[in-house]
Amino acid sequence: MIPLHWYLWLGSVVFCIGMAGFLMRRNIIIMFLSIELMLNGVNINLVALSHYMQDLRGQVLTLMVIAVAAAEAAVGLAIVIALFRNRPTVHVDEITEMKG
Amino acid sequence: MEVGYPVLSVIIFVPIVGGALMTLIPRYMEGLLKVVALVITLATFVLSLPLFTHFDKSTHMMQFVERKEWISQFGIQYYVGVDGISVLLILLSAITGILCVLISWNAIREKVKEFYIAILLIEGAMIGVFASLDFFLFYIFWEAMLIPMYLIIGVWGGPRRVYAAIKFFLYTLIGSVLMLVGIIVLYKKAGTFNVLQMHDLHLPYRVQMWLFWAFLAAFAVKVPMWPVHTWLPDAHTEAPTAGSVILAAILIKMGAYGFLRFMLPILPDATKDMIPLLMGLSVVAIIYGAVVCLAQTDLKRLIAYSSVSHMGFVTLGIFALNQQGLEGGILQMINHGIVTGALFLCVGIVYERTHSRQIADYGGLASVMPVYAGFFMLFTLASIGLPGLNGFIGEFLILLGAFKAKTLAAVLAATGIIIGAAYMLWLYQRVFFNEVNEKIRNLEPMEFKEAITLLILAIFVLWIGVYPNTFLSFMHPSVSHLLEQIQRATPEAAVAVNMTTEPQGIIGLLGSSGGL
Amino acid sequence: MEYVLWIPLLPLIAFWVNILLGKGVLRGQAHWPSVLAVGGSMVLAVRVLFDVIHGQTMNQDIYTWILSDNFRVSVGFLIDQLTAVMLIVVTTVSFLVHVYSIGYMHGDKGYPRYFAYLSLFTFSMLMLVMSNNFLQLYFGWEAVGLCSYLLIGYWYEKRSASDAGKKAFIVNRFGDFGFGLGVILIFVTFGSLHYMPVFERAPEFISRTVNIYGLEVNLITLIALLLFCGAVGKSAQLPLHVWLPDAMEGPTPVSALIHAATMVTAGVFMVARCSPIYDLSPTAMAVVAVVGGVTALFAATIALVQNDIKRVIAYSTISQLGYMFLACGVGAYSAGIFHLYTHAYFKALLFLCAGSVMHAMAGELDMQKMGGLKRYMPVTYWTMLVASLSISGIPGLAGFFSKDEILFSAYAAGGVGRVVWVLGTLAALLTAFYSFRLIYLTFHGEFRGTEEQRHHLHESPPVMTVPLILLCIGAVGAGWVGIPEILGGKNHFGEFLSPVLRHPHYEVSHAEEWMTMALSVTVAVVGIVVATVFYIKDTSIPVRLARRFPFIYRVLWNKYYVDEFYNLIVVRPTLFVANSIIEGFTDRKVIEGIVNGLPAFVGWLGAQMRKVQNGVLQHYGMIMATGVFVILALLLVKVLGG
Repeated sequence: MIPLHWYLWLGSVVFCIGMAGFLMRRNIIIMFLSIELMLNGVNINLVALSHYMQDLRGQVLTLMVIAVAAAEAAVGLAIVIALFRNRPTVHVDEITEMKG
Repeated sequence: MEVGYPVLSVIIFVPIVGGALMTLIPRYMEGLLKVVALVITLATFVLSLPLFTHFDKSTHMMQFVERKEWISQFGIQYYVGVDGISVLLILLSAITGILCVLISWNAIREKVKEFYIAILLIEGAMIGVFASLDFFLFYIFWEAMLIPMYLIIGVWGGPRRVYAAIKFFLYTLIGSVLMLVGIIVLYKKAGTFNVLQMHDLHLPYRVQMWLFWAFLAAFAVKVPMWPVHTWLPDAHTEAPTAGSVILAAILIKMGAYGFLRFMLPILPDATKDMIPLLMGLSVVAIIYGAVVCLAQTDLKRLIAYSSVSHMGFVTLGIFALNQQGLEGGILQMINHGIVTGALFLCVGIVYERTHSRQIADYGGLASVMPVYAGFFMLFTLASIGLPGLNGFIGEFLILLGAFKAKTLAAVLAATGIIIGAAYMLWLYQRVFFNEVNEKIRNLEPMEFKEAITLLILAIFVLWIGVYPNTFLSFMHPSVSHLLEQIQRATPEAAVAVNMTTEPQGIIGLLGSSGGL
Repeated sequence: MEYVLWIPLLPLIAFWVNILLGKGVLRGQAHWPSVLAVGGSMVLAVRVLFDVIHGQTMNQDIYTWILSDNFRVSVGFLIDQLTAVMLIVVTTVSFLVHVYSIGYMHGDKGYPRYFAYLSLFTFSMLMLVMSNNFLQLYFGWEAVGLCSYLLIGYWYEKRSASDAGKKAFIVNRFGDFGFGLGVILIFVTFGSLHYMPVFERAPEFISRTVNIYGLEVNLITLIALLLFCGAVGKSAQLPLHVWLPDAMEGPTPVSALIHAATMVTAGVFMVARCSPIYDLSPTAMAVVAVVGGVTALFAATIALVQNDIKRVIAYSTISQLGYMFLACGVGAYSAGIFHLYTHAYFKALLFLCAGSVMHAMAGELDMQKMGGLKRYMPVTYWTMLVASLSISGIPGLAGFFSKDEILFSAYAAGGVGRVVWVLGTLAALLTAFYSFRLIYLTFHGEFRGTEEQRHHLHESPPVMTVPLILLCIGAVGAGWVGIPEILGGKNHFGEFLSPVLRHPHYEVSHAEEWMTMALSVTVAVVGIVVATVFYIKDTSIPVRLARRFPFIYRVLWNKYYVDEFYNLIVVRPTLFVANSIIEGFTDRKVIEGIVNGLPAFVGWLGAQMRKVQNGVLQHYGMIMATGVFVILALLLVKVLGG
């Protein structure tokens, strides 16, 4: 039996890698992948705790997150494509139209 | 004494509904639009006449009362009525509406439809403000008036119209928001929005004091009292003639009316304690406004500043807190509405021809437009308080009241009359006398419509000057009742002061009955 | 006596007729309504006089003007002896001036306007003198001031005329400031503004004082002095006399009517009307007497050196008004009113003669450019000579009786009276001198004007000379109703007024009375003789004198620099404060600074906050992550700590 805290560590590490990637990379596609990583880090935690606590709500929530992540990826990628049509770049430093 | 229709509701909603229906008229039918607007304002005026003829002058009770449940969860009612304080202001509003339509006939050439709709909405809201006896209803009309006025200045105004409109809007809004807080506090205390019930509230002294500042902010800006007057010159100067007339005749009266209807009867003790401040500000406004006039080079700006001075007289009279002062103050509100409104009309008439408001661009106008010069002279004289014309009656009663209340204030205020003569006569000299300025040699004489508008006001100037009792007689019972309300509150409040020993800030105040 | 209502009403109707129809319909006939109206008033005034002589008086309210709580004031008429005299003075002079104006103003482009103003003035003046309360008095007071303003600035395209009108109005406002406060104080004290209750109750307040910042002031004195402020303004006494000389910018008949005979005497009338109040305050009386006496002398000295024919007469008017106040101040109200009444005729005559001269000289005012006009305009010359003799106080003429009564009363009153008697006698000397200087410079010697002017010289038409002759009769005979007992007459005038105006009885010997009379006649003769020497015998003397005493000459020529002084201490500082301090600094910088500063601050704050939103996604992520971290840390601390 693998102890719970291994899962939690794994989740944390995946999450942190995702966060670091999101903050450091400039390629918008990579940033998307990083966000997926963060979400999956959370998912790992949720599933592990669900099993540990014998509560299915955690797994339900995970399915929910996956669904949201899929939707988000779809919308996000659509935006990226729309952006790319107007400006041939995927580099976020060059996309600062939302500056206040 | 019975009138066959609900007078107040009719005259509030005829212009509002009429304005709404005017949206159905196509915008290219400008002639029709103007005629319809004129008919609506005339109808409103005619329908308001029962207020004048059927008014019972022997009682202070509210008359022509209409009362319907509206939002019963919060005790909000549709509650309107008039007494001797408000009835004349309503009549003045109804007359002003007609004048505004007439004077804009040729002056407004763009967005004609929207302009007349705005005028009609304002007229309805003005009457609503003076007729409301429910604080919530009052607030709605009070704010509703702001929007069309903002548009009138901002859309049809002069070169700096946007600055002036925003300044006007923000200034008044800051005051009104504080008043809204005050209204909510009052609702919490009274459990109703009924103004007459609030009159019998006998609030503790500290509460009164907080509310006093909130209401003062709202009303002082509107009056405008010194030093929150600087929106007025800008708004007046940039507004089209009709806008200036509404501002001068009615809108700034709402502040003084607020003092009379809300501040004095609901917060008598706080107000009484603050009388030195209020009278002081009034005197400063009188002298300051008059002295600033000496430095003006712009016709409309000068008249706007003279309004500051004259409204100083109004507030001085109100805060003298005696019969003569109050009646003088109320009458002076009417007088100022007529005279300053007329002066703005006059300026509008020449502005139409020259497109200049600079005094230096005129001179010798009396030779070019003699009839116009005669009217302007009459209004100038009324403005500087010549006996036999309306301004004198109000100013004299105010000075008499102020003299009784605080002699020094009356003496200082009287110096304002000297300066008043100086700036108005100087203005008249620069515009009408001396050599004829070449730029204005070929101005057209006054049109019939313009002469009629001025004639209507001139008749009132003489009427009030020669026989003011027609108008003063409306006020006697209401004003003495108001004074009773103020006097009556004293002993309980004195106890209340002693009882509220604990420091209790605005938070405690709001929280004391459950918070917001 | 209901018909008295028509006395002011007729001119008012004429005013409206002229305003409404004058320009379009009447045009050159615009004088008809005004002349007829004032003629009607004159007839009625005579009827009033007879009614009053037969003992009928009236004090009746017409309607309640203002009513507010315990403040009630009516429009009403008080007809008594004083009013009757004033009515006669006002309507007769006004009528003659109206008639004269038909000729004088003929062809002027504002003809209907002129007559409308004259009618309005007559109406206002009649309301003033007929009033039975202080507020209606104040109405008339301000309304005559308005007409004065309108008529001074009648030729408004002339800069100096419109300036003068404005100046007259504003200077008067300074006086009315005090007058208005006095009226208010009367109401606050007595609870009424009607003459009768106030005068009846005045003695009750004789020892009442009010505290003005630690200074105990007698209430009655305060009221009297405040009212007197108004009189000082309206009657052009020191220090508010500056407007009257400038008022000569108006048409000359107006100067005769308003600025000599009627309006400017309103102050004297008011003091006389309020004599029950003034009698209670020796202090106020002394002030009135001294102001009157000093003004009489002061104005006379200025008149010595002026060359403008109308201004000489204007300063003479100020001086004569000083006499009237002097009389009131020593308690001889009826003497003051007597002088008001005689002065109205001879001074109006002087002005109308001056107008006649101007008419002939095509508007020339400088006496140095006249001379020798006697030949060309005999009627004007002789009538003006009579008026000058009358004002100088030559026995038998109107001015003699009234001036003599004043000087005698002042002498007899003792105390302050003796001082003002000296002032008045000196002024009488100067009066005779400058009056004859005017006559000699204008009518005697050689003509000094241009050839063109000489060619134009002519006597005025009958419509102007007939009023001159009629006024001349007044200037001669008006005084005969008040011949003093010592000359074997009976002072009918004083006796007639005695029910209204207390008539003082003096404990003075006949010898002293003869002495004062002889002295005043002597100084008059001396003044005339000196003028003859200076301007007929040896015309180089005045020039030599002016060279010898350049300082005095300059001061007098510049009217003691009073105008310049006011300009320096009132006009300029006010404009400076208005332009530079209040408008330039307080309003534009301080208040507008705050008003515009607040939104500017909010805008600045927004600009600062905006920098956070730089559009770089990672920044947002970083901030979010930091936020989450902080929250987690806090939670952790709480969990561990708890």
